[in-house]
Amino acid sequence: MAEATVPVAAATNGGVRGDELLVVEDLKKYFPVTRGIIFQKQVAAVKAVDGVSFAVRQGETLGVVGESGCGKSTMARCVMRLLDVTGGRIVFDGRDITRLSRAEMRPYRREMMMIFQDPYASLNPRKRVGFIVAEALEVHKMGTEAEIKKRVQELLEVVGLNPEHYNRFPHEFSGGQRQRIGVARALAVNPKLIVCDEPVSALDVSVQAQILNLLKDLQSSFGLTYVFIAHDLNVVRHISDRVMVMYLGHAVEIASRTDLYAEPKHPYTGALLSAVPIPDPEVGRERRRIVLEGDVPSPINPPSACWFHPRCPRFREGHCDVETPPLKSFGDGHVAACHYPLERWPMTEDEIRHATGGRVS
Amino acid sequence: MALLEVRDLKTHFRTDDGIVKAVDGVSFSIEKGQTLGIVGESGSGKSVTCLTIMGLNPKRNTISSGEAIFKGENLLAMSSSRLRDIRGNDIAMIFQDPMTSLNPVHRIGAQLVEAIQLHRDVTKRQARARALELLNAVGIPRAERRIDDYPHQFSGGMRQRVMIAMALVNDPDLLIADEPTTALDVTTQAQILTLMTDLQKDFGSAIIIITHDLGVIAEVADDVVVMYAAKVAEHAPVDNLFKRPHHPYTWGLLGSLPRLDADVERLVQIRGQPPSLLNPPRGCRFHPRCPYVMGICKTVEPELLPAGDEADHVQACHLDVATKDREAAKVLAGTMAEAS
Repeated sequence: MAEATVPVAAATNGGVRGDELLVVEDLKKYFPVTRGIIFQKQVAAVKAVDGVSFAVRQGETLGVVGESGCGKSTMARCVMRLLDVTGGRIVFDGRDITRLSRAEMRPYRREMMMIFQDPYASLNPRKRVGFIVAEALEVHKMGTEAEIKKRVQELLEVVGLNPEHYNRFPHEFSGGQRQRIGVARALAVNPKLIVCDEPVSALDVSVQAQILNLLKDLQSSFGLTYVFIAHDLNVVRHISDRVMVMYLGHAVEIASRTDLYAEPKHPYTGALLSAVPIPDPEVGRERRRIVLEGDVPSPINPPSACWFHPRCPRFREGHCDVETPPLKSFGDGHVAACHYPLERWPMTEDEIRHATGGRVS
Repeated sequence: MALLEVRDLKTHFRTDDGIVKAVDGVSFSIEKGQTLGIVGESGSGKSVTCLTIMGLNPKRNTISSGEAIFKGENLLAMSSSRLRDIRGNDIAMIFQDPMTSLNPVHRIGAQLVEAIQLHRDVTKRQARARALELLNAVGIPRAERRIDDYPHQFSGGMRQRVMIAMALVNDPDLLIADEPTTALDVTTQAQILTLMTDLQKDFGSAIIIITHDLGVIAEVADDVVVMYAAKVAEHAPVDNLFKRPHHPYTWGLLGSLPRLDADVERLVQIRGQPPSLLNPPRGCRFHPRCPYVMGICKTVEPELLPAGDEADHVQACHLDVATKDREAAKVLAGTMAEAS
């Protein structure tokens, strides 16, 4: 087991450089907690994202999983520059976009688009579908009126809607169809990167399957790159090439899909995997589950050293609560931040408690 | 005798557009100590079924018929005062969203005490002791301090525990849980499901759990009802349903799930949308979306009958058993035929 600490950017992409579309280094986003009405004094900070680094290669899908409040949506909004970052660097297509002004950002806006969770809230109910999909094209002045209309109708067809529904309002569509409109809107300006923030969480399973298939099809026909955020590990496994697990504003493990699901190294990843209900009663009954105690701690006052230590079944006093674990490489771009990584998978709860890994510095 | 027997339950709502048949002839029964799972997509009528049993539909525009026999009494033909006695006492309900189902301006202790005193002749002090006991039973840490907290001071998982405590105040014989874990994260969901099954062992209640998640069903249910468009599509013991599913809609549901334990390139998608219940399709309600549709499906509505030799595994589909077994095997292997 390779246990050497490696530079983070190199670790996240297996040391290969050159074909990354998006590189995020040590991204931090703190929200101030203030007190007072006129003279607002900052008394604390919510460390929503606290030093996350990863890279997304051209044409791949990076899945991001974690429980609510782990900072995955904030991370996405920072990457899209919808929020100003507190620290760190965002490099998109070879250019540092971390500190670009609104005007400087504009040409990049058409290269990166977003699909939102709630298809009911993310479409303006007073605008016709044609307008919603065309808006970005008009903003970026991509064609004449006739060209834009033609493009919109093409897009509607691409996402599996009837192009004649150009003049309808969002409320005339079902949840799944609305999410297709959201996809068409994101595709309109031919972006390179699409950040999907829980795009299927609000949908029924059969509709969820339709949207997931659509996203996969679009990726292969247009060579899109996705950052796909979800809390459902099954969905993330299905769509991702690589997966990043977040906990309390930190990336605790990044690995290829097969490695992450077959050989998780971080106890938190293990706990998440073991908590997913399996739609097969026989397998489900035999499986042993790691039940985590308690809830996710507050990001205003996070635990010392390893952020996961108060809930971790492998917690070692005097080590995990004193020394912050660095991201260690396990080869092949698989990194995890844990002093006592899991030796194999699956493990029983007892085996997990008795870590064989010694103290590493 | 079954604890609850529902026979030919129908709930229709009068709306401006016409009559919506939200539940249209649903029958099932549940024994003491058993868990029945009801699974289906939004709008399939699973929640309305349970609200009807509990008598919680708005009276103004609801037409209900059929029977729900609970311990020998028909819940649907009962006076509202008798029903009020039963609700919260013999039958309790847990709702999906723990934030909206707790009163935000009252301390949780006071809410629990109210629920206890409504049904039992006890002093406030005794009620409070009982409330504390329940909060401990559902695993709220430092319950004696948290009993005087407000709901917003609890996390989602803790609030759902409080809801379960509240449902359990009077040792109900039947617990109806409507999507109890849908709003929760997986790790919290695992805690709550474990808690529910443990409590069931201790208290011996029967549980009806409504969910759209087949994974949750596989973990907790003994018996499963699959609902589609206000009707029962398939009803089977849990092992049968997952090993030998008989209805094409069940196949579609199973095939459309991305899974942790299997790799598939493309998910099966059920084409189209669920039908409008104002004007459901003739014949089998699933026929416009079914990849196996035959002539008969468009005109004759299939009855809920056993397909194979197991009498407790019923389904409503015209396909013959040989085809069903062949296709079900394909679904489980991850290669279901897909309607284009």
